[in-house]
Amino acid sequence: MSGGVVRGGVVRGGVVRGGVVRGGVVRGGVVRGGVVSGGVVSGGATGAATRPTSTGVAIVGAAESDLGVTGRSILGLQAQAIGRAIEDAGLTLADIDGLATTGVSRFSATQVADYLGLRPSWTDSTFAGGSAFEMYVARAAQAIEAGQCGTVVISYASNQRSARSRSLAGVVETHTPEAQFETPYGPLYPISYYAMAAQQYLHRYGGSREALAEVAVAAREWALLNPAAFRHGAGPLTAADVLAAPMASTPLTTADCCLVTDGGGAVVLTSLDRARDLPKPPVRVLGYGECTTNTSMTAVDDLTVTGAVESGRAAFARAGLTPGDVDVAEVYDSFTITVVLTLEALGFCGRGETLDWIAGGRIRPGGDFPLDTSGGGLSYCHPGQYGVLLLVEAVRQLRGECGARQVPGAEIALAHGTGGILSTHATVLLGVDR
Amino acid sequence: MSGPVSGPVSGEVPEPDEVTEPWWEATRRRVLLVQRCGACGHAQHPPRALCTACGSARDLGWTEASGAAEVDACTVVERAMPGFTPPYVVARVRLAEGVLLLSNVVADDPYQVGGGDPLRLDWRPLPDGRALPVFVPSER
Repeated sequence: MSGGVVRGGVVRGGVVRGGVVRGGVVRGGVVRGGVVSGGVVSGGATGAATRPTSTGVAIVGAAESDLGVTGRSILGLQAQAIGRAIEDAGLTLADIDGLATTGVSRFSATQVADYLGLRPSWTDSTFAGGSAFEMYVARAAQAIEAGQCGTVVISYASNQRSARSRSLAGVVETHTPEAQFETPYGPLYPISYYAMAAQQYLHRYGGSREALAEVAVAAREWALLNPAAFRHGAGPLTAADVLAAPMASTPLTTADCCLVTDGGGAVVLTSLDRARDLPKPPVRVLGYGECTTNTSMTAVDDLTVTGAVESGRAAFARAGLTPGDVDVAEVYDSFTITVVLTLEALGFCGRGETLDWIAGGRIRPGGDFPLDTSGGGLSYCHPGQYGVLLLVEAVRQLRGECGARQVPGAEIALAHGTGGILSTHATVLLGVDR
Repeated sequence: MSGPVSGPVSGEVPEPDEVTEPWWEATRRRVLLVQRCGACGHAQHPPRALCTACGSARDLGWTEASGAAEVDACTVVERAMPGFTPPYVVARVRLAEGVLLLSNVVADDPYQVGGGDPLRLDWRPLPDGRALPVFVPSER
């Protein structure tokens, strides 16, 4: 902890700006004297999120299903992840009365409830690509605080690699405007959209593909430390390797793109009061925020500025934290460019500065900004909607369970999900219980 | 460049709906329409049942695009998609009227197409008589 600590107290008058608290209320939150880069927490936050109000909810269980190439069914992997997470929490299936999941069927949460033999009093199947799980944390925290349910499981699983169910064209429903106005031109979905964002970013700011490749290179370094990672035994990756990989959609090669694997995960949330009676140390939900921006490839005017600006601003304001307070960041890395756009949108560095900011090993193991410490979607696991595994890794880091890849003394973690074609953005801030 | 438009050959394009029909019908005459709100002047694409700027659904009309445009962002697709022959350029194209369209830029060398490049409108016929607006590099 650095100077200027306000903990569990009330600071009247304001917005957190440059580590100074002005004009508002900080309640039950932690304000640390961190640096605000990019002016993210500087007033004007959207909706009700201007008032820091850390939740009274904690994550008490976290687990992965089998990962990689499993030969298992979606529901088999779901049951595995949920069972392991509940066991990790020291709970039983009978304790679960809330369920949030997606990617199973049209009735995803209903389907999983049936499969588990549950009759939950709260469910959510919001479909928002890889960011859905960070959104579920917000909704689950609200449902628990409102008393609609007591203990929620958020889960996901996919067998897309075993089932060979992934298509370069993606899934475009014929009744949508995209089917009439975009699909006829043959974009890879979602790759070509991220590729255009990368082209615009590199063109505007003068960045190189080598500099962009650092995201994939660093992810591999982390994966080499994670025995569960798909690329754990693959050896180091160099920027030259990334550039030499087969081109998918310029400027992105297949090594700029996330893995296609089976896998899944689950986290268990309950009230902080109950969490303190369970075996594992609670991981508090300190803040959350989200922003939904587009389904079409032409709706967002500037490809280099994403809805993570709004989701991050809301999450930091709610938590009473600043980007400088984050000890470990799990940021959705569907593509190398996704991370670049997200980091500056969240305020870790200024607009157009990410490639310079991440150069020199900062995001690699041992660097001063530990990022995607599991190895990420690029080198650990990407089962289609990866967001739940960002939460699993963040929880493990805050519990100190990460072995060789553990970030020493991590107290504040950020998990940021991105779904679709930079369509949905959701930020969650988690912290140790102090 | 000019001459016949080559590039990806897509499968069928879905039938228009009640909102998009005028836009597609105009393509039979090789006219590119932009939807414009009579209430507030906002231009938008693709066509919608309301104006995303002011919310009005009562005064939506059409203007004809000049065909002048430039590349907003682009990518050369190199992976084979069913029905398409790589490499080809997928681009966000900004019309002189201000709106963005997704399209193809048909160029002799797809790798020379870049952000800000000036474009002009061309057409790729569809089997049912409609046509897809595509773009070719032009001199500024």
